Amino acid sequence: MSYHNPYTPPRKSATFDDQTLAEIRRAAATGIYDIRGGGTKRKVPHFDDLLFLGASISRYPLEGYREKCDTSVVLGTRFAKKPIHLKTPITIAGMSFGALSGNAKEALGRGATISGTSTTTGDGGMTNEERGHSQTLVYQYLPSRYGMNPKDLRRADAIEVVVGQGAKPGGGGMLLGQKISDRVAEMRTLPKGIDQRSACRHPDWTGPDDLEIKINELREITDWEKPIYVKVGGARPYYDTALAVKSGADVVVLDGMQGGTAATQDVFIENVGMPILACIRPAVQALQDLGMHRKVQLIVSGGIRSGADVAKALALGADAVAIGTAALVALGDNDPRWEEEYQKLGTTAGAYDDWHEGKDPAGITTQDPELAKRLDPVAAGRRLANYIKVMTLEAQTIARACGKNHLHNLEPEDLCALTMEAAAMAQIPLAGTNWYPGKGGF
Amino acid sequence: MDAAAQKESSRTMSVFDLSITPLRELNSALHNISAGTNDMNFEVINPRGSHSVAVGIDAPVTVNVHGSVGYYCAGMNDGGTVTVHGSAGPGVAENMMSGIVVIEGDASQYAGATGRGGLLVIKGNAASRCGISMKGIDIVVHGNIGHMSAFMGQSGSLVVLGNAGDALGDSLYEAKLFVRGTVKSLGADCIEKEMRPEHIEHLAKLLEKAGITDVKPEEFKRYGSARKLYTFNIDNADAY
Repeated sequence: MSYHNPYTPPRKSATFDDQTLAEIRRAAATGIYDIRGGGTKRKVPHFDDLLFLGASISRYPLEGYREKCDTSVVLGTRFAKKPIHLKTPITIAGMSFGALSGNAKEALGRGATISGTSTTTGDGGMTNEERGHSQTLVYQYLPSRYGMNPKDLRRADAIEVVVGQGAKPGGGGMLLGQKISDRVAEMRTLPKGIDQRSACRHPDWTGPDDLEIKINELREITDWEKPIYVKVGGARPYYDTALAVKSGADVVVLDGMQGGTAATQDVFIENVGMPILACIRPAVQALQDLGMHRKVQLIVSGGIRSGADVAKALALGADAVAIGTAALVALGDNDPRWEEEYQKLGTTAGAYDDWHEGKDPAGITTQDPELAKRLDPVAAGRRLANYIKVMTLEAQTIARACGKNHLHNLEPEDLCALTMEAAAMAQIPLAGTNWYPGKGGF
Repeated sequence: MDAAAQKESSRTMSVFDLSITPLRELNSALHNISAGTNDMNFEVINPRGSHSVAVGIDAPVTVNVHGSVGYYCAGMNDGGTVTVHGSAGPGVAENMMSGIVVIEGDASQYAGATGRGGLLVIKGNAASRCGISMKGIDIVVHGNIGHMSAFMGQSGSLVVLGNAGDALGDSLYEAKLFVRGTVKSLGADCIEKEMRPEHIEHLAKLLEKAGITDVKPEEFKRYGSARKLYTFNIDNADAY
């Protein structure tokens, strides 16, 4: 008697999926972990899992375009003699010259200036072009101190002490040799072409007590003029925020795991840190517990893409947001117009993340002069400004629908959550209920 | 100093008593040196371990601090000559750009951290991480230095007349290290290198600049980067 198995479709493992198998083969073939740019690519609970309720009988909306909805924000009101005044709460996150081309940095400065917001330097210091094209420039003070000098500290409008970032809380950086051009090498006091390591920890302070003294030194050097931000990755937002406030920060910058990096290990990006959605409420709680909410401003970042995301972040209690990846996309990063070249690099538009290799067809994450020429800083700056203005208008539209005459008047009560996870992380009631996980009465 | 000289000196010298004058006034005065002024000499008394004494100097002033200071004394100094007649807390002369800082006593951790230029002389001992991430500064220590000194040192010279602690020059780039005494251990990618005539000459100049006349450059050993960690290699993973 013969027996024939009927056809069954091949079944792939959910645990060992194609991506996982490819990574095992890649590691076995190369003997090196995967380094890439960008933020986490895994799906995590995000602002998409929240919705606004809008106005109804119990609260009335404001008339679109006619009744004012203010979008301005002042950062650094706690100690700085010269706080920063911005027209929109959407700022540009820190990205380095080195990671980005000079044209890309210039475009960020131009776009930020047109839209009345700030942009931020990165690891490697401040360039004259960047200063010249940025009306409001935040100067990052990083563990590596590459390019750090007191003249640039003084010509900045604010100082951001970087403790960590969302893509790699607890990690340093790695700029591979391909991107260490003569100018980058000179700015960082390093030999040309070597793999440049950025420290994960500041060289001259450890812990919040030291940080307080360090911040005081920076204030003394800059005669108490500049707002001082402290940037942390989304790890322990309640305590990090409380300790930043204790250390004397004017502004806390909180970056979730969706926040991008120029180059770090994929294993780090995908497995360390928390989504921004889970970070905001604990940080706001810390500020409220200390009586410092709105006195020490909170900037949040990591996966901000639209005016809806901005409005949701502000409704959860943030004062402003920062964009990095989205800003690069507005400039032209991963644009399908370069698809043929992305294909040659073994990838496709929208997936290109080998920013550390310096071969970016869009001319943004590169130091190759020929590629960099592809980005027109004036046109790209205009695109970024358009995008920021659209997002601001979108956030205003939502705020008006919720009856708010300032974006800062948005509140958690304007929101509901679509999923249990989002409800728990954002402490926002599940849609149709008045309950979220962790709240009593279940 | 005769009476006339004393009178002249006091005329062009500002005295800040930190037991009664806020630190802000001292640093503010140091940042507001007007062109052509003769008022370039500052005496600081009763520092009582204050942090951030004489930070952000950007003019060729002379500052004498009589007593010990806390963190970051002379931080980011650019052109000043600062002498601490006492000991210094962590991060003395951090990120110095140019000028001279002299510590008559001992220095705590991170002395000269990330310094880009100028000369730091420590007449006593320096604690751990002396010259960490140095980027062009020259540091001369009369005594011993602690562990992890010159970690990730990029440029400049660290000269130690005494002994060095554990993990000297870990992950070193191109900073030059000279130690007269013993080295407890070398850090990853730091090796002893031959003292060639150009190094003897370089060291002799540094010793002279630091006012050291009773020690010969030939008594030192030279350490530098093996440059094996300059390009990532998985087989070096245990060294990172």
